[in-house]
This record gives sequence, structure tokens and C-alpha cells, in this order.
Amino acid sequence: MDRMPRWADVILIPLISLLLAAIISAGVLLAIGQNPWEALRIMVSGSVGSTYAWGYTLYYATNFMFTGLAVAVASHARLFNIGGEGQAAIGGLGVALVALYLPWPHWSLALIGAVVASALFGAAWAAIPAVLQAKRGSHIVITTIMFNFIAAALLNYLLVGPLKPTGTMETATAPFPEATHVPSFRDMFSFGETILFRGTPANVTFFVAVALCVLVWLLIWKTRLGYEIRAFGFSEGAARYAGIGSTKIIVVTMLISGALAGMMAINNTLGEAERLILNAVEGAGFIGIAVALMGRSHPLGVFLAAILFGILYQGGSELGLMLGIPREMIVVIQALVILFTGALDNMVRMPVERLFARRRARAPLSPPGPTRHPPGRDAAPTSTTPAAE
Amino acid sequence: MALDTVPAATAVPAIELRGISKAFGPVQANKDITLRVMPGTIHGIIGENGAGKSTLMSILYGFYHADSGEILVAGRPTRIPDSQAAIRAGIGMVFQHFKLVENFTVLENIVLGAEDSGLLRPSLARARRELRSLAEEYELEVDPDAVIEEIGVGFQQRVEILKALYRKADILILDEPTGVLTPPEADHLFRILRNLREQGKTIILITHKLREIMEITDTVSVMRRGEMTATVRTAETSPVQLAELMVGRKVLLNVDKVPATPREPVLEVENLRVVDAKGVERLKGVSLTVRAGEILGIAGVAGNGQSELLEVLGGTMRATGTVRMKGRPLDLTGREDARDRRDAGIGHIPEDRQAQGLILDFAAWENIALGYHARDAYSKGAMMDQAAMKADTADKMARFDVRPPDPMLAAKNFSGGNQQKIVVAREIESGPDLLLIGQPTRGVDIGAIEFIHKQIVALRDAGKAILLVSVELDEILSLSDRIAVMFDGRIMGERLATQTNANELGLLMAGVTEGAR
Amino acid sequence: MDWLALLQILDSTLRLATPLLLACLAGLFSERAGIFDIGLEGKMLVSAFLAAAIAAVTGSVWLGLLVGTLGSLLFAAIHGLASITFRGNQLISGVAINFLAAGLTVVVGQYWFAEGGRTPQLGQGQRFEQLTLPFAAEMRDIPVLGTLYAEVISGHSILTYMALLAVPLSWWLLYRTRFGLRLRAVGENPAAVDTAGISVRRLRFAAVGIAGLLCALAGAQLSTAEPAAGFIRDMTAGRGYIALAALIFAKWRPWTALGACLLFGFLQAVALRPALFEQTLGFRIQGQLLDALPYILTVVILAGFVGRAIPPRAGGEPYVKER
Repeated sequence: MDRMPRWADVILIPLISLLLAAIISAGVLLAIGQNPWEALRIMVSGSVGSTYAWGYTLYYATNFMFTGLAVAVASHARLFNIGGEGQAAIGGLGVALVALYLPWPHWSLALIGAVVASALFGAAWAAIPAVLQAKRGSHIVITTIMFNFIAAALLNYLLVGPLKPTGTMETATAPFPEATHVPSFRDMFSFGETILFRGTPANVTFFVAVALCVLVWLLIWKTRLGYEIRAFGFSEGAARYAGIGSTKIIVVTMLISGALAGMMAINNTLGEAERLILNAVEGAGFIGIAVALMGRSHPLGVFLAAILFGILYQGGSELGLMLGIPREMIVVIQALVILFTGALDNMVRMPVERLFARRRARAPLSPPGPTRHPPGRDAAPTSTTPAAE
Repeated sequence: MALDTVPAATAVPAIELRGISKAFGPVQANKDITLRVMPGTIHGIIGENGAGKSTLMSILYGFYHADSGEILVAGRPTRIPDSQAAIRAGIGMVFQHFKLVENFTVLENIVLGAEDSGLLRPSLARARRELRSLAEEYELEVDPDAVIEEIGVGFQQRVEILKALYRKADILILDEPTGVLTPPEADHLFRILRNLREQGKTIILITHKLREIMEITDTVSVMRRGEMTATVRTAETSPVQLAELMVGRKVLLNVDKVPATPREPVLEVENLRVVDAKGVERLKGVSLTVRAGEILGIAGVAGNGQSELLEVLGGTMRATGTVRMKGRPLDLTGREDARDRRDAGIGHIPEDRQAQGLILDFAAWENIALGYHARDAYSKGAMMDQAAMKADTADKMARFDVRPPDPMLAAKNFSGGNQQKIVVAREIESGPDLLLIGQPTRGVDIGAIEFIHKQIVALRDAGKAILLVSVELDEILSLSDRIAVMFDGRIMGERLATQTNANELGLLMAGVTEGAR
Repeated sequence: MDWLALLQILDSTLRLATPLLLACLAGLFSERAGIFDIGLEGKMLVSAFLAAAIAAVTGSVWLGLLVGTLGSLLFAAIHGLASITFRGNQLISGVAINFLAAGLTVVVGQYWFAEGGRTPQLGQGQRFEQLTLPFAAEMRDIPVLGTLYAEVISGHSILTYMALLAVPLSWWLLYRTRFGLRLRAVGENPAAVDTAGISVRRLRFAAVGIAGLLCALAGAQLSTAEPAAGFIRDMTAGRGYIALAALIFAKWRPWTALGACLLFGFLQAVALRPALFEQTLGFRIQGQLLDALPYILTVVILAGFVGRAIPPRAGGEPYVKER
């Protein structure tokens, strides 16, 4: 039987975790001599108080949607894709190659080309760890970490070597041609004299990310493949019984996950920088972990968590400008969110479960009645939490 | 003789349990258990799976805590809060699943937790010496420097026994010790146990095998459904009496059925062999045939190869041999999976509905498609036709009387019987030519049992072939048309259901063939 | 390659291998006890920061090391709490710890010193100096061995020698003591330890604690051992992950860990001198390839094509008591 109502699992637990992270963050702010309330005010106004603020918030949120979805899709198959960072970097390579070396008549076609290229490159980067996991049992967490570093080295090589235009000092490719420049929010939403989102990086890619949230939702909950992924994630035994092959699910899920992470590059490379620069991913691959954990691996949750982290990110930058707090404060908050929603989940969950159990004990037994266990397993304690996913 | 009149009760029991009770949530695993084990004897505890034997022994070893009751060791009330306390009290335990560190040597495993000092070398040296004398004393030879994963299960078990003896255990508990042993290994184990008894050790042997009880124990206690139903001297009882005590006088399950009219063979199995990951042969050349319109029941004590047989036929385990379905050979190499089996017309109600038959976190409507999720009825291109799935689930729930009839409810929220009905509905309604059924009524309430049995018979009457595996002898007897008994990976014999009885089958299940007894 | 250049490279190999080796041994203790630790990076970073900061403020590098150790142990305790007490996901806990360290070191560093996350330059006496081993000067002129001793072995910080000493010590602890036996057992089959009446939890906490201690030394080496002179943001730069790679490469054994870390240290040392490499070998090797090589090698090892690496069997799984 469920140990607590669904709303508690989906809303209450993340909220408590978030609250704990916020309290400790406030403690850190107090410790460095800042006023948490003041910081909160600045963060809120700096991230959602104007279209300028929103222009940055949504830009960051776009990044996090891609990487968050990547982690979320993998986790439905009980795979931990920690390689979003590398997959997004390689996705950027794909974007740069098609933007630089293919002639594009119109930005819309360039966007489609970038979607395809970044997805393919990101998926390819996830493919080797996936196959190694499926066929050889190599721990995918370790291999994807290794692939992050290999990707970094590869891009470093390309951007100081073959892809760097002669005569420049920067580790970046040449700027993409004019025709590939996708519209920014300013281009799309300003009308007449009113300029909105002035000087902000948010661009049309945001809508690609939102569309992907919907597509991932369809994939996971509406398609046969999604059914198989979830079945495999919940129970390998039942999946085998149902004829769902583990190799196929592991590889396909990781390809999709890698593609999603790779597509993040559309936002920062095609949409913002308009060229490929070194370290363009800036840790967004890892933030995807926090976003997916917060969002309980549901696309809607990922969408909301990505916006939240966009707010944190942009608000955090404002903290730096206004109060001189380094933007690494965001990293602290992000770490605390991962810690409480991920690693210390049971610390939050167990007391809440006990609370509901006590409430239920007082209430009369609900209709289905006590579950009867098959003999032979009946002596297993029913209160233990299953192994961490 | 005068000796007979000496009441045994004057001696102090090595172990005495008084009124031990233990519940796991709503399940009462042990109910007011009282047990006296006399020193220097081999005391058997027998009962079906789930009767509560292992729970009781885990309490004795400090792994679980009894809700109520008292433990006396050599007459003294003793609290056993953890394994350390049990070891101190002189109790040693040989678990069914060995608790050995596989890449350690024998010596390291024996010393682990019983070291003399912070440095290993002296402990290892002493253990080596002691091992040599223990080996001589009890026929317990093992190479102290062998690595556990490289020696056979029989030797691993000896290491477990040596571990207990090294810790000066006077009372040795063995939980289903022969489950993993070959007959010669089991014979050797029994010699060791007799030796130990002669040296004054007390041994508690937990098993569900009647033959072992009869062969080696001095006294036997029978457990049924968490209760201790009887304690008798082995010499004064018989396998038949014990079987009755074990199973109890169950409500006779009346299954209305007309005599079968078997037709052409649907499933033909020849010389099926399975070797598991540890290199143990689980199926040793099984051959059988199931015809259309009949139920072939496979009787046997759990762990004698029935599960492997179902898994191979269901497409989730590799094997060698030949299997023909309606004349067409099935692939056994792993190239074909469970889905191919379903496409070949094989339905499968698995033994473990919670680990295989259902995804507990899926709603009922999602579970109704498990294994059949790629079929046209549930598909709209790459999408699942959820409306159709839900409608179909509601329909099946109504016809199979699943309660509550709510397709949206997660499988884990149904009772055992209703979970099983979901599986049964799914597999029967898929229209198989052959239905594999494993433990159809395990953990299912009486009402649901009757319903499920009726469905199975109806399927037979519709001309389908049914292979039924159950450890419940009553179930096998009342449902089957023909009965094959499995023991140690082999078919021991086949009987027509109308021409056999529980006694005969029980002996076959214990591995006793005609003429041996 | 001329002799002097080789000596230089070997000298930096040893220096660069030191933090790798300490972190690798830290991971070894933790993973041998069944606790995955991808938070090596974070613990090193915290210790590097605190050691440098306290050394700068108090002038005592030993006090710095002590406080750095406390910081690293605190982070280890968080990891233990999450993965042992609350049976959480050890990987996620490690990720969180790495971020927490990356963020806090800069935020606090900026608050304390206002130098963009740096600590002040450590001067004379505020850092671990390069020790000249006995007879180094006398032996310098003895060909090969003497020069090796004087130029490569001698002239490192005390932490380097502690790291080298930690190898036989770890081996001895793991394979020759009761504690080691139990520690290795708990990473392979915690149920065996539990039924023997030993506390799984206490053993695992001890292992995580040792990991914290060793990470602290690794971090201190980075920021406070000559020629380093202070902390800069993200100064571990992925060394915790290289150490993890070395651990897999070494198949969770102390002596092979030494070999793996020296190899990876050598790769780093060579990458620092691309020109030298080119002139001796006659062809250019990309520095980035050298950077990536440890990771590529690790993936190859993990794939099991060259000598399969079998991790401790209970690794990553929280222990839940069952029958």
C-alpha cells in the first residue's frame, strides 16, 4: 500500500527539501554577513522583476530544461546519466559544424539543422557508455563521467586547433553566418517603440525546449517505448517476463537522453553566442541532475524546476552585482537542493511517512484492506524502503 | 524397560522457547511458539514454505526481535538482541543463503568477526591449527587457503559450519541445509551432523523434506501457518503422519470438473537441461508432453527445478534440449524472448506475481497490457491506445471480479488475491494455446482460490493445454488430470490424477522411488 | 630526451601524483567498504581552501592542515549520513558534495579575503616546504641512482612522503589487520559482517572517515605545498575524478594505485611540457590527448577489454538487513 498520499510525495516532500535547502542557504548568507531577506528580494526582482530579468531567467531555464529532461528520461529506466555536460558540449560541436559548413537560406532551416545535429552528436556521445553498460556491465555513472572529461579535452583540442579561425586569440569557432541567427525574445516580442527583453539572450530555443517537455511527456507516458522504459525502470524481472529487452531499453534510453542533453547546445551556441566557445555548457549538465530530482523526473516538474533554477541562476548573478556575493552562491544552493531532494531524501521522507502512518492508524482501515503477502515472502519486513534508485 | 520411564523433562533443554510471537504488519509469522530442544540431539523443524520456521530461527539468532515470549538457553533466560549475543550464548547459524565473503579465503571467512587481536597473523595461525583439529574430529575437511567462490557449495556449507564451531557454538541451527546440495553431499553433511551430536552438540535442522527428518532427527516439531502444531519422537512417527501434520486437514477444495478429453500434443519437451550461473545443474533432462484439453500438474517441493522449467518455457531462461510448441521447435538459446513465446501461443502466470507478473507501481490498466503491450488492440501506431487499455481493463476486472474494480489503481494497492486475478485475467484472455501456471493461489484468499481454479478448468474445457506448477499438493490433486512429480531437476514419475493419492506423491516428492521403501 | 629534462619530468610526476595518490587511496578505503565516493573532488577542494586560508591567517601551515582536515571530515560525515544512515543514493550524495565544496570555497573565500575566491599568497613558513632528504647533496654525483635520489625523490613536501608512505600503510592496514579484514568484508558482503555480529554502519563510517582524512592531505598538498602558494577557485580541476579513474585502473589495490597515479601524474607532467616532448620524440602529441588519456584508459579498463576491473560487490548498495 502507498505509504503516503501522492500529493505528499509529489509536492510536500520536494517543498520540505527545498525549504531545508533555503534555510541552510540563508544560514550561509548570514555567515558571510549578508541579510537573507535582502538577498531574496534582490534575487526575485533581479530574476522576474522585468522583461530584462526574464530574458536571462528564461535563457538559463532553457538550458536546464534540456539537461533536466535528459537526466529525467534516463532515470525512468533507472539509469543515472551524469554525462549531460559532455553530451551538451559535443552537441555544441554538432551545431557549430552544421552552422559553419552548411549553407542555410533561412534561420528556421538552420534551427532544424541544429536540432538534428546537436541531437545526433549528443546521442552519439552517450552511445558508447550505453552500449558498455548494456553489453559489458560497465557502470554508466563512471563511464559518463569519463566521457565528460574526454569531451572537454576534445573540444579543447578543436577550439585551440582546427576549428579556431587564424588570427584570433579566443578559443572559439568563427562566428556563425548571419543566416543562421535565430530570433531572440527581443526580436519576437518587441512591437513598435516598445522594446522588450533588450540585450537578453533568451531566444526561440526556449520554445524548442518547451516542445520537448511535451514530447518527452508523450514519450514516457503515451508511447509504447515509454511504457517499456518505465516497466524496465520499475522492475527488471517483470520487464524480462514481458519480453522487454534490457539491451534495447538501456541503449535507446541513453540515446534519447544524450540527444536531449546535446540539444541544449542550440540555446547557448546557435541562440546566444552564435559561435562555439570553450566551456559553453558551464555546468548546466550537472544542474540537470538537480532539476530532474526536484521535478521528480516528470516533464512538467522539470519545466517548473528549470524555471526555478533559471531564477536562482539569474538572481544569483544579480546578487553578485548588487551585494558582491559571488555567483558561486548559486552552486551552493544547487548543491543543497541536490543533497536534500536526492541524497537525503529518506531523511525528509521517513518522518513524513511516519506522520501519515500515524494519521492512517487513527482513521479506520481504508477499503482495500491489508495486503496479503504470498507465503515465503510474508516474513519480509514491509517497512523497509527499496534500494535507492 | 526401566529406562523408558525416565521422564526426559528432568534434563535441562539446551534451548527453550516460551510463547514466542512475531508479526510483520498484518501477517502473524509466529504465534505463541513453545519449543524445547534437548542437548545432544538433532531436532528437526518441519513445515511448508512460509510456515514461519525461518522467522523463528532468525529470532533465536538475534536477527529479528520477538514481539513477545522468552528464550532460555541451558535453562537460563537469555536476551538475544543481536547476532553477537547469540554467538556469545553459544548459538551458531548456517543460513540457507550462505553469509560468506566470496573472494576471501576459507580461513579469512572463519576468522572474520572472531579475531583474537588487531593483527591478523596470530588469529589466522590459530584458526589454521584449530581448523585442522576440527576437520579431523568432524570430517570437515576444507583447504583453508581456498577462495570461497572457487569451491563448491558443499564446501562452502562446511565453512559455515566451521565458522560456528570456531566460535564455540554448542547449538547449531541449519536452515534448509540440503537445498543446494547433491545427494552425496547431503549424505556427507548428515555424517558430519551425527558426529557433532556424538560430541554433545545440539543441532536444530530446519527443512521441509520429510526424508531428511526421518533419516537424521531424534525429535521433530511441525510448524503450520506460524504455529507449532506438534512435537514428536521421530522413531514414533511416520512420513504420512508428518505430512498430515504439516499440511493440516485443509478444507477440501472442490473443483467441479468433468473428466478430461485430451487431444493432440501441444507442448512437447525433451531432455531439457539448465545450468545456472553458479554451474549447478537445475534441470537434468526433463521430458514431458502436455495435450490440448488437459491439465498437467507438476508436483514437488519448491526448488527442485519447477521454477526453471517455467522460466525456460516462458522465454526468460536459456536451456538445452528440445521444446516443440504445436510441432514447431522453440528457440532455447536466448534469441527468442518472452514476447516470442506469447506470439507462439504460450501464456504464463508466473510464480512470483510481485517480481514478475506485475509492475507494482503501474496502474491496473497498464498491467493488463504487460507482455501484450505491442499488440494491435493496445496500439495506435507507436502510441499506446490508453482508452482501449482502460476499457479492456474495466471489462476484465468485471468478468474476473477484481475488487476494487478501478483500472486506475496501482497494482500494489490490490490485495494478493486481486493482484493474482489481474494476472490470471490477462493471461487467460490473451487466448493462449498453452498456459503456464506457477503457484496460482500462493498468498490468495479462499474465495479467490475457488474462482481462479474455476477459470483454469474452464480453459481446459475450452480445449487448451495447461501446465500447472504448485507446491500445494491439494491444488495439484484437485486440478490436474495428469501429475508429474519433480525432484532434484528430474521427473520422478507420472500418474493419472484419478489413480494416485497424496501419500504416493509425497514419497515421490521426497525423492523416494518405488522399491526403495 | 636529455637526462636533465627527464629528471624534471619525473620530479613533476611525483609532485603531480601526490594529490592523485592520496585521493585515490581515500577512494580505495571508501569503496572497499562498499561506499561509492565521487565526492573526492569536493573534499579535496574544501581541505585545499581551508588549509591555505588558515595558513594565511595564522601563519601556521600545520594549523591549516588541521582545519582543512576537519572540513574534509565534515563533508565525509555528510556523505556517511546520506549513504549509510539514510541509505540514500551514494552517487547523488557525491555530486552534491562536489558542488557544495565548489560553491562554498568561493563564497567564503570571497567573504574572507575579497580576492575573487583566492586566498592570499602564502609566504615563507606558511606552506609545506620542499624537503631535502638526507645525503641528497652527497649522492647527487653518483650516476643514475644518486641523481635520481637527489633530483626526483628528494625535494618534495612532507605530504608527498606521507602519500608514498600511505601506500604500504594502507596495504598493511587492509591485508594484515583485523580492521582491514572487516573493512574489505563489508564492501563485499555486508550480511557476512552483520551475521558475525559486527556493526556494518560503524565500519562504513570509519572507512568514509579515513577517506576524508586522506582527501584532506591531498587538498593541502594542492594549495599549501611548494611551489603552490595559496588556493585558487576550483583548484582541484577534476583531480578527484582522475583519482577515481586511477582507482578503477588500479583495481582497488594500494600498490597498483601507486602505479596508476604515477602513470597519470606522468601524463600530466608531460602535458605541461609539450615542446620538450616534441623535440625528443620527433612528433607532436596533443596535450589534450594526454589530458584525456587517463579517462580513455579507464573506460577501456571498465569495458573489460584489458583485464576486467571488478569493483567491490556491495559497492553503492545501502545495506538493508534481511534474512
